[in-house]
Amino acid sequence: MKGEIASGRQVTAAPYAIELRGISKAFGSVQANKDISIQVAKGTIHGIIGENGAGKSTLMSILYGFYKADAGEILINGHPTAIPDSQAAIRAGIGMVFQHFKLVQNFSVLENVILGAEDGALLRPSLAKARKVLAELAEEYELDVHPDAVIEELSVGHQQRVEILKALYRHADILILDEPTGVLTPAEADHLFRILRNLKEQGKTVILITHKLREIMEITDTVSVMRRGEMTATVRTAETSPEQLAELMVGRKVLLHVPKGEAKPGRTVLEIKGLRVRDGDKIERLKGIDLTIRAGEILGIAGVAGNGQTELLEVLGGIARGTGTILLNGDSLDLTGKFSDGQSRRRRGISHVPEDRQRLGMIMDFTAWENIAFGYHNDPAYQKNALLMDNGAILEDARGKMERFDVRPPIPSLQAKSFSGGNQQKIILAREIERNPDLLLVGQPTRGVDIGAIEFIHKRIVELRDAGKAVLLVSVELDEIMSLSDRIAVMFDGHLMGTGPAASATQVGLGCLMAGLGGADTRAMAGWDISSDAHEERQATGMRA
Amino acid sequence: MDYATLLQILDSTIRLATPLLLACLAGLYSERSGIFDIGLEGKMLMAAMCTGAVAALTGSVWLGLLAGIAGAVIFAAIHGVASITFRGNQLISGVALNFVASGITVLIAQSLFHQGGRTPPLSGGARFNPITLPFAESLSGVPIIGPLYSEVLSGHGALVYIALLAVPATWWVLYRTRFGLRLRAVGENPASVDTAGISVVRLRYAAVVITGILCGLAGAYMAAGLQAGFGKEMTAGRGYIALAALIFAKWRPWYALMATMLFGFFQALALRPDVIKKTVGFDVPVPALDALPYILTVIVLAGFVGRAIPPRAGGEPYVKER
Repeated sequence: MKGEIASGRQVTAAPYAIELRGISKAFGSVQANKDISIQVAKGTIHGIIGENGAGKSTLMSILYGFYKADAGEILINGHPTAIPDSQAAIRAGIGMVFQHFKLVQNFSVLENVILGAEDGALLRPSLAKARKVLAELAEEYELDVHPDAVIEELSVGHQQRVEILKALYRHADILILDEPTGVLTPAEADHLFRILRNLKEQGKTVILITHKLREIMEITDTVSVMRRGEMTATVRTAETSPEQLAELMVGRKVLLHVPKGEAKPGRTVLEIKGLRVRDGDKIERLKGIDLTIRAGEILGIAGVAGNGQTELLEVLGGIARGTGTILLNGDSLDLTGKFSDGQSRRRRGISHVPEDRQRLGMIMDFTAWENIAFGYHNDPAYQKNALLMDNGAILEDARGKMERFDVRPPIPSLQAKSFSGGNQQKIILAREIERNPDLLLVGQPTRGVDIGAIEFIHKRIVELRDAGKAVLLVSVELDEIMSLSDRIAVMFDGHLMGTGPAASATQVGLGCLMAGLGGADTRAMAGWDISSDAHEERQATGMRA
Repeated sequence: MDYATLLQILDSTIRLATPLLLACLAGLYSERSGIFDIGLEGKMLMAAMCTGAVAALTGSVWLGLLAGIAGAVIFAAIHGVASITFRGNQLISGVALNFVASGITVLIAQSLFHQGGRTPPLSGGARFNPITLPFAESLSGVPIIGPLYSEVLSGHGALVYIALLAVPATWWVLYRTRFGLRLRAVGENPASVDTAGISVVRLRYAAVVITGILCGLAGAYMAAGLQAGFGKEMTAGRGYIALAALIFAKWRPWYALMATMLFGFFQALALRPDVIKKTVGFDVPVPALDALPYILTVIVLAGFVGRAIPPRAGGEPYVKER
């Protein structure tokens, strides 16, 4: 698989695989990239880390020919190279694996691989060649996928392999991956890292864009940190620490681990027995869940997205309906009838910070103060008389909440969509937490939220726990679950695979449970109750493995 | 119903299905590329008028055919500019073009010929004349198969055979060529095509132009094959029936052939109230028969075909994401 690129094969004093010199790019008045220079040596894995909006994606889009830089120069293997479009990037040996895969869902793996890289007007010869090349690549890099499988039937991890195969089939020597592990199980992520190490051993250069410090520390050789469009530092990974990287990203010291004391669990607040939920297509998403949460504890639900966590939050929050029994403070909750709506849940003392904050948590075109009133708009304090609402009172209340939750800017009359993701989340948390609920439901509290705001959000959730309230936390970020929870429950395919104390949980053990597996690693976690649904061995699950 | 009557009905089925088939395949190319085209009707009408007018003026059906194709391609290009370049709403653009076609065809025909918005009747070399397939004479004596060949298949105008050949040709293009792969991809996920370094815009324009050409054939057949000259609104909703057939066919060429033949068969039945009366035993009012193909359309669209999944990116202008 040696590249056929005419450029870059000359042997001078080992030029960098990629070198950027003074790249700048502005969108209107926003300077997305400011005078960025990086050098990435051939055959290394280079990480680029930064908060949302730091300019990582813009920089990579410039490298892949989606945007033209306003200024600066790109050198590939020491040669200045113009990259006006994606075709030029491919010719220069750059391959890109986007965060959202660019695959045709109803095409086979082979068809996706040859699309745009066909050898002639007829498909048959190209398909035959691709079949052969894919078999070689699978051998070489542990990249096996069935060539005739249709994309929509593949797991996310396999789809990602198809994207990597696409790049390698086009003779990519430099592979850029944008947030590649966001959708993977820990086991899939490990496999991906093995693939990346194999690629590195074969002399390929890998650029990994991520916001996960742990991944940077685990796999990269060098790392660059971006903040507000600027490259703040490039360091050897071995010579840095997660704390230092976080500080470089945010510009101040950040506490990566939530400081929290012992939990003092009290009476049982929520008791769930045999809960079943079907979705709109009548598919059963929750298949009999039993769970209790006590006052003064945070219960974290770990799991790969789409294994029933959403449905659990929705049925508790009064958005979805289900069957079974849910007791709140000993009294049963209405799961199907007149009182199974969000309004009734709030009256009973359940607050809900939904997973999809832009769809379920706020109305983006409305102002912050209107959003703070939503769901609690019948509060007598918000009414002027029987007919009119007291907007002044709401505004005043909103201003107080925004200040206490450090929303920036603290201006209640701004539209929700003009706040950053972290500040939107703080607005929702302010609305829900300040109602002093008995039970707080939080879904993906820090998705799309900057590191600085994450610290704040975690602190407020712990404070609520310390005030003797119960918290149900759902997150796909395993680190977040492990550091924030007092107890953890792992969900897989609508079942709880295991429940136990966070203190004895291990990354590997949780990872097994998230994939529906039992085994020694899960038994090693003291105090854990492992479900009999967790299989001992990895079963032959075909292409969906 | 005796065999001779059945043959007659099948013969007119083929005639009536041809414009539907051409229009259906036209729609297939456009929609497979992700551009919805509700304007098949307007393009057919435009082509019918151009063909009728030029064939009447020159006496040559082939010049008429070229004019028809040109007329339809111009309309297709306008739809392309509106929906690809300017990323407009494809339904609105299609509907607007249908209205424009409905008016402008009559206007041009009237100002050219002053015959109440019609073009003069065509005859001789200004029409598509029947082609007798080889051995039609000698095989007609063979029982059952013979008459089927000599009376149903043989003796149609050239466009009928072109339409029938267009079915395997479309299948081949779609599933065996690079262009077909890219066309299917751009209708499903244009981002995949874009990131592979292929121009989404050029692919979609190519598809839209093919749609124009096939609509041109359909319209030309209406004016110079099925009938002898252009008349106001002569396509009578065939563009919409072709769209229904396209959904029925789940955007696949062989299914499109079957779907349009079925619709053609119902149209042919509606022309033979005598046969229907003999078969069902009572008088079915002619308007009810005329409505039959349209009722079938409604039934088809109401979802009797099972899940018909349209190309995923259909109807959405492609905007490169950040």
